[in-house]
Amino acid sequence: MHESIIRKPLVTGTPDMHTVTEDVCRPLENTPSKAWWIGFTLAFAGFVLWLVSFGYTAWVGLGAWGLNKTVGWAWDITNFVWWVGIGHAGTLISAVLLLFRQSWRNSINRSAEAMTIFAVICAATYILAHMGRPWLAYWAFPLPNQFGSLWVNFNSPLIWDVFAISTYFSVSCLFWFVGLLPDIATVRDRATGVRKQVYSALSLGWTSSARSWIRFESISLILSGISTPLVLSVHTIVSFDFATSVIPGWHTTIFPPYFVAGAIFSGFAMVQTLLLVARVVLKLENYITLYHIELMNIIILVTGSIVGVAYLTELFIAWYSGVEYEQYAFLNRVSGPYWWAYWIMMTCNVISPQLMWFKKLRTSLVFTFIISIVVNIGMWFERFVIIVTSLHRDYLPSSWAMFTPTVVDVGLYVGSIGLFFTLFLLFIRFLPSVAMAEVKLLLKHSSEEAKIKARKHEHAAHHPVQGDVVIATTATLKKGESNEE
Amino acid sequence: MQLDTSKQFEFSGKAKTYSLIAIVIGVVCIAAGFIIGDPHRTWANLLVCAYYMTCLSFAGMMFLAIQYVANAGWATSILRIPSAFTTVIPFAGVILFAVIFGGLSTHNLYEHWNAPGLTDPNSPNYDPLIDGKSAWLNVPFFVTRTALYVIVWGLFAYMLRKLTLKEDLEGGMESYNKSIKFSAIFCVIFGFTFPLFAFDTMMSVEAHWFSTMFGWWNLAALWVTGLSAIALTAILLKESGHLPWFNTSQLHDLGKLMFGFTIFWTYTWVGQFLLIWYANIPEELTYFVNRWEPEYKFLFWLDIVICFLVPFLLLMTSDNKRNFKRMKLAAIIILVGHWLDYYVMVMPGTVHGHRGFSYYEFGTLIGFAGLFAFLMLKGLSRAPLAPKNHPYFEESTHHHIPNI
Repeated sequence: MHESIIRKPLVTGTPDMHTVTEDVCRPLENTPSKAWWIGFTLAFAGFVLWLVSFGYTAWVGLGAWGLNKTVGWAWDITNFVWWVGIGHAGTLISAVLLLFRQSWRNSINRSAEAMTIFAVICAATYILAHMGRPWLAYWAFPLPNQFGSLWVNFNSPLIWDVFAISTYFSVSCLFWFVGLLPDIATVRDRATGVRKQVYSALSLGWTSSARSWIRFESISLILSGISTPLVLSVHTIVSFDFATSVIPGWHTTIFPPYFVAGAIFSGFAMVQTLLLVARVVLKLENYITLYHIELMNIIILVTGSIVGVAYLTELFIAWYSGVEYEQYAFLNRVSGPYWWAYWIMMTCNVISPQLMWFKKLRTSLVFTFIISIVVNIGMWFERFVIIVTSLHRDYLPSSWAMFTPTVVDVGLYVGSIGLFFTLFLLFIRFLPSVAMAEVKLLLKHSSEEAKIKARKHEHAAHHPVQGDVVIATTATLKKGESNEE
Repeated sequence: MQLDTSKQFEFSGKAKTYSLIAIVIGVVCIAAGFIIGDPHRTWANLLVCAYYMTCLSFAGMMFLAIQYVANAGWATSILRIPSAFTTVIPFAGVILFAVIFGGLSTHNLYEHWNAPGLTDPNSPNYDPLIDGKSAWLNVPFFVTRTALYVIVWGLFAYMLRKLTLKEDLEGGMESYNKSIKFSAIFCVIFGFTFPLFAFDTMMSVEAHWFSTMFGWWNLAALWVTGLSAIALTAILLKESGHLPWFNTSQLHDLGKLMFGFTIFWTYTWVGQFLLIWYANIPEELTYFVNRWEPEYKFLFWLDIVICFLVPFLLLMTSDNKRNFKRMKLAAIIILVGHWLDYYVMVMPGTVHGHRGFSYYEFGTLIGFAGLFAFLMLKGLSRAPLAPKNHPYFEESTHHHIPNI
């Protein structure tokens, strides 16, 4: 493999193979820091809030939420879509970037995949909660039963959702766990006592033999080949939940790809939020470098712009369609009682990522952190705008209404963030948060050290540098002349 | 292996003869269509092919721009091919403009919104829906927009072409860095305006109908045909002894992109079709109802078979993606398939039930294919085949991916 000299290093500093192991295993093998404890306490408090809100909802029923007969779907589905969307970045990094052979994914894929799984778990809680009777959740599956006519409606996108998301969740877990095996084995080999036994069981007897690695390579490619269409299908089908209806503002054909782009957008923002903190707290700055952050910012810029094209296309076609309901739905979005939600969405999702055009800003840690939060606020509002502003003024003006969340709504939402961080903090405490084995692959070609060596080598070899030839060729050509015949 | 990077492609021999013959066939058939045949049908065919040719030449620009902004190195050694595509832009643009302008002024194209009296409340032809759209769909604005799309995008293509040739002479990083900048700006402008281009040129043929997906669906078609045309050109050049550095790994990557974007095109197709079919709203169904008529129903489904099923199966295995002959076949199938795709987009709204496959269709297609090949190869012959000072050139000649 030849790598151009102008490519930036993916590992900075001068870590060798052993340093990588030490650096990644440190949080697992030492007592957690104060920062971790503070974070975990806060997150766990959030989780308790979630338990209370969820329990209360299950006890008294959905009347505990702010729903009314016009706005029959609000924060529950908003939060569900928000969390599912956030999950998409993990699969994009682990699967799509693997297919594209982007080796910068190697140091961020593990935590991004973990984030995917936790985000999907958070999303699933809303499915359970908004069933009203969560103990009957298994009715969503086409299980043989003796309840007479009780059978799932295969024509409904909601049941497609059940299949898409449960498949996606299973494959994501599998992908994540398979990827973890070599690293768990490394932790196992360093551990003693009970820890050794636990990691030993988890590593499934990984031996690091050549045969294991060949299998590992092919299973990774196969799983990424399966995950890629799956990740697209998930948010596509989530968008079908709305777009198959006849509600203006919901029924628009651009929804599937636009939802997928938005999902990747918000997912990358969440990855930034997590990694910017994790790299400092866990001292992983040499592996999750500024270049990684810049690249992710560029993805945020691209997906944010795609979402922007979709917003403008929707507005334009709403006018172009000549359908008065369609036109009113969008007029109401932009200037109706929920105008502030629309403009928060527009500012956070379309305008703020455009600041990433400036290299200074997209390589600034503080700015990146702020934008990553702003983007996720924007993406929450996007779903809120789509769901609530399309519903609250329906075809019948006499039933127009507004939506006001209750304490339980807020508790469930804040609580789910607590649940998410509880899981994530446990993850970085007990599992290697950077794919050690895969980062080690980069050391020889893509590390800063390797780059410096390559440069020295080039100088020593006294190859005529391209610049030398230049003078010779341009001298024979007059200014303005081209080499076209 | 020492590569001769100064070698230029010489446009002569069979390639030149055949493309010239194809152009002659095209001119004769189009002239026959106007003089002894049905001019209406001739115009419709011209729109199909002019749109296709314009999209294909901009696909070259899109490929280049994405390569630059993505810091991609794998395809650098074949970048002169998409760059040659962009030399067709001025011709394609003028032809598209002429077809649209001619079609509008002779009332042969876009009659759904341009027929007399549609926006006049006192006329028996009055159509309130069209009247509501007339601020956007009126001849002067429409023609200006067409010109603007092509000129603005074309300018970036011209600049990028100039920079890459400058890089050949001067080396250094200046041209490369500038190319990245131009590419990024192009991507933004193209990304935001291409949907409008597709709404105008193709969707307004049936002006009552609207679909937000239409722009991205057309962009997917542009991209997958562009990839196929680039792959086909590279294979043919390799077969004729040029491009010795074009290797199976690069072919494999092109194949993967063709495979992936074949699926993506189908994804947008299904998204659009399924949502409209499911919601069953009369205003939106019209488009598919028109294609459900006996004249079109078979072609409508055949389009999916050729544009999706065949390339999907053909490009599934990595062995096939690394096989020059099978890749050639796949590229040709995709290219022909999307001609049918555009045909099914245009015909129901122009010639309605009076469609057919005869000298109009085949003649125009052959003529435009010949013209594109002629202009593109001429462009290709005007610069060395290797961008030898491109910073990723060496990386790309060493490009290697395993076949698993």
